[in-house]
Amino acid sequence: MPKITYIEHNGTEHVVEADAGMTVMETAVKNQIPGIEAECGGACSCATCHVYVEEAWKEATGEPEEMEEDMLDFAFDVRPTSRLSCQIKITGALDGLVVRVPEKQF
Amino acid sequence: MDGREITADAVIIGAGPVGLFCVFELGLLDIKAHLIDILDKPGGQCAELYPEKPIYDIPGLPVVTGQELTDRLLEQAKPFAPEFHLQQRVETLAPQDDGSFLLVTDIGTRFHAKIVIIAAGGGSFTPKRPPLAGIEAYEATSVFYAVRRIEDFRGRNIVVAGGGDSALDWVLNLQPVANSIKLVHRREKFRAAPDSVNKVMALADAGKINFTLGQVMELHGSGGILEAATIRDNDGVSSRHECDTLLPFFGLTMKLGPVADWGLNLHEDLIPVDTEKFQTSQPGIFAVGDINTYPGKLKLILSGFHEAALMAQEAHRIVYPDKKLTFQYTTSSSSLQKKLGVK
Repeated sequence: MPKITYIEHNGTEHVVEADAGMTVMETAVKNQIPGIEAECGGACSCATCHVYVEEAWKEATGEPEEMEEDMLDFAFDVRPTSRLSCQIKITGALDGLVVRVPEKQF
Repeated sequence: MDGREITADAVIIGAGPVGLFCVFELGLLDIKAHLIDILDKPGGQCAELYPEKPIYDIPGLPVVTGQELTDRLLEQAKPFAPEFHLQQRVETLAPQDDGSFLLVTDIGTRFHAKIVIIAAGGGSFTPKRPPLAGIEAYEATSVFYAVRRIEDFRGRNIVVAGGGDSALDWVLNLQPVANSIKLVHRREKFRAAPDSVNKVMALADAGKINFTLGQVMELHGSGGILEAATIRDNDGVSSRHECDTLLPFFGLTMKLGPVADWGLNLHEDLIPVDTEKFQTSQPGIFAVGDINTYPGKLKLILSGFHEAALMAQEAHRIVYPDKKLTFQYTTSSSSLQKKLGVK
């Protein structure tokens, strides 16, 4: 199973086993990772599952689609590596993915 | 203040899918409903958060969008002529000596109701507060999430943050009265009406407003008076911009709001109910849909529909204490069909 590492703002790391096909948000919620709120439940309509993808994984995770890019307007402290974790689907190719959780969701 | 007095059998707080279906279930039992909602349209989260997103778990509708479901529920409720009171938030709800309830909204409308149904979902939609350190201290003096009176902004040096319709509309509306306006948005694209985008860009080109690609990261000032904001541009460079007003427009989020102050038992911001009547700790006040909790609760629209049907049975006992209720099917009951206007 692919492993995903979530790094909290304070540096705490959580390494979890993920099921391929689930999203990075769903996996975070299932493993109770602090800082990922996912208020809308994965409909790409709240921007409270905002993460920063580690630079090395930026290409593998791809670019946000238009709807996600629109929704990122509602996130705080958006950077070039910002993604909404509900829109990153986990595949075998993402085994080892590292994402950072922002200090605050909106 | 509005100050209108309305007397009703039932008042439903929240015009989302479950609130709308309550109109239908109550209507079948001759109980007329008024609905109050903070949004400017019925549909709740379905209309506000995901109007175009498909829902797959509504019985009998293999796929339906949030807006279609809302439209269908409105059509289904139509024979019962529900009255909508939109863009209002119920501030107080208090039992009266005669067993009825008094509800007062933020614009002063007063409802006298025999029963109250709280179908408020995740709470009321409120503007998102950017997580900027110390922002609370500036609210209502320098930071505003809505514009009530344009004149209040005359001569101000305003930063508008955001890239949606609200941000652009207020740039356009405030530009004639403000001393200066800086629009701060993280990218060149806006999710707004093309006409507004064109107008704002024309103002920027003419030097009448300033448009900066970036984000507001820090506020500076004292005693609730804003003096400057730190704006980080897209290359990561921060600069200080003198301003006295910030208008952040980052969409809406759901907050429980005044429900917490109505004297009802709460459990983790949800309202515990029984599973026979879906009544709260206060007889005559019901809670249905996402806002309630009970053993086994699932936050599904279909669960809310079931809760609405059972709630209506008890509602009938309260509104018509002397009438006996016979259970009837819409397929065969001519009296129900008459109410529905199909016979």
